[in-house]
Amino acid sequence: MKVLVPVKRVIDANIKVRVKADQSGVELNNVKMAMNPFCEIAVEEAIRMKEAGSVEEIIVVAAGPEKSQETLRTGLAMGADRGVLITSDTPLEPLSVAKLLKAVVEKEGTELVLMGKQAIDGDNNQTGQMLSALLGWSLGTFVSTIECNDGGYKVVREVDGGLESVQLTKPSVITVDLRLNEPRYASLPNIMKAKKKQIDYYTPDDLGVDVTPRVHVLKVVEPPPREAGIMVQSAAELVDKLKNEAKVI
Amino acid sequence: MSVLVIAEHDNAEIRAATLNTVTAAQQLGDDIHVLVAGADCAAAANVACQISGVTKVHVADAPEYAHDLVENIAPLIQQLAGDFSHVLAPASTYGKNILPRAAALLDVQQISDITEIQSADTFVRPIYAGNAMATVQSTDAIKLITVRTTAFEAAAETGGSATLEEVAATGDTGLSQFVGQELTRSERPELTTAGIIISGGRGMQSSENFAMLERIADKLGAAVGASRAAVDAGYVPNDYQVGQTGKVVAPDLYIAVGISGAIQHLAGMKDSKVIVAINKDEEAPIFQVADFGWAADLFKAIPEFEAALDDAA
Ligand SMILES: Cc1cc2nc3c(=O)[nH]c(=O)nc-3n(C[C@H](O)[C@H](O)[C@H](O)COP(=O)(O)OP(=O)(O)OC[C@H]3O[C@@H](n4cnc5c(N)ncnc54)[C@H](O)[C@@H]3O)c2cc1C
Ligand SMILES: Nc1ncnc2c1ncn2[C@@H]1O[C@H](COP(=O)(O)O)[C@@H](O)[C@H]1O
Repeated sequence: MKVLVPVKRVIDANIKVRVKADQSGVELNNVKMAMNPFCEIAVEEAIRMKEAGSVEEIIVVAAGPEKSQETLRTGLAMGADRGVLITSDTPLEPLSVAKLLKAVVEKEGTELVLMGKQAIDGDNNQTGQMLSALLGWSLGTFVSTIECNDGGYKVVREVDGGLESVQLTKPSVITVDLRLNEPRYASLPNIMKAKKKQIDYYTPDDLGVDVTPRVHVLKVVEPPPREAGIMVQSAAELVDKLKNEAKVI
Repeated sequence: MSVLVIAEHDNAEIRAATLNTVTAAQQLGDDIHVLVAGADCAAAANVACQISGVTKVHVADAPEYAHDLVENIAPLIQQLAGDFSHVLAPASTYGKNILPRAAALLDVQQISDITEIQSADTFVRPIYAGNAMATVQSTDAIKLITVRTTAFEAAAETGGSATLEEVAATGDTGLSQFVGQELTRSERPELTTAGIIISGGRGMQSSENFAMLERIADKLGAAVGASRAAVDAGYVPNDYQVGQTGKVVAPDLYIAVGISGAIQHLAGMKDSKVIVAINKDEEAPIFQVADFGWAADLFKAIPEFEAALDDAA
């Protein structure tokens, strides 16, 4: 079985983003970029499935600017077999990405898509759900355990009330949560090997997908700052402030 | 304009997040419909009819809607959506799971997690863990939106008298089956609706030590939350996690204990009215958002805080 793992290039999770002065977006120039952390978890899971013998080939796919190639190389260095890069300079919305991914799924004949639950730039949390709808496949979101079985996959989902188990019938889209696994670091030899792995290039046109945005970003601003607070020295002082000043207890 | 709100419920009761979503809907129109999709959900549908401001409740009562299976509920939303200008769901794990699947069936680009409505097509939403706020305008004919519940007041649970209409079920796709659930049981208030929250981080060091926070929670009528590090370490269940990728909360009082204040944690609590931070590291970033900071060892500070609460009671 082939598994597809969509990976997104985003600002590194440890970087504090800065809003551009012209309010058009956040500053991306000279900012450290990385693979979206949830996508790393998806790549790791695919590799573990391959190591366990339930997957033959792992294809990582990224959509976005040419530089997303670096993100694919990261996935290839972790252990994915091949890459697909869909280049687009138009910013891509989740619905467009889902349509592009559907085209790749159909081209490649994959039966499983493992992806992040959320990209930490737009915080949309949509693409996997949308892809599953377009494909008419079963969907497991926010997944922290995957068990391959005859029918498909038994997944544990992290929901607001706790945990929920669902049996998904193959083929499936699964979006992964933080506690599914701990992604590995790529070793130096694997980073070297990854440079030689194949990456196929497409454009949205090649895949017959119209990626014209439906939602326009009018402006991006910083959130209002919180006013500086004070330090207290004792429990009695804290309780007094909460009771008599803030009046919250 | 008619607005459809997808209710989150347990077949008997309507969950609180639905009430905040109704308030957001009221900013878009005055004909507010609610969809209650479930199995044996007549009780929940009746409760929904009482919500202030709701004009009509659509009830889809069929076995295939038990357990919120997304593959079955999304086609139902798709079938109903055509009559509405907007379809809203809470940005809870329920809404985040279901609405994007319905949006793709409708060929609509959903707008996630809105915190403000500027007009019928223009909304504000946080991006980058709340480090930036984007104003976005949708060109889709129907708007599908998830609502950040902390940004909108809850509608009154009573005072409404909506009409009830049964809708035909859309059938079982058979794509997935519910197997079971492990819900966290607690007598304390729910995190997302609690007026006071006390959260622990890696500094708590163990599951047992969380009992210190629970005792304070019980004194204050508070909920207990946690950072990702505390959840990953297994001190508390996953549903305690507050943050960018956990729950977003905005209580009157948030007490962070042994939490450093990573941006991903701040994303989930920095809109709290009053923030207290207790951390032994004076340089911890959590102090930058705290109204009241106390640089102290929590193992000394928490028992003292508990005693001081007793003294003040
Ligand atoms: C994609 C992604 C998503 C994430 N999502 C979330 C999320 O939703 N929520 C979340 O919380 N995090 C999230 N994180 C993790 C986040 O980056 C931090 O790693 C996490 O919040 C740290 O938790 P912490 O503050 O408990 O631990 P630490 O950063 O280790 O801080 C522990 C603190 O406890 C203090 N301390 C230790 N001992 C004591 C003591 N005896 N007395 C007093 N203070 C003490 C220390 O001084 C320190 O400040 C996410 C990260 C990524 C990459
Ligand atoms: N441009 C993209 N290229 C590849 N994968 C993407 C892209 N955008 C989103 N995804 C995938 O969809 C997941 C959820 O993203 P989102 O819906 O944007 O929060 C990510 O973790 C990726 O797996």
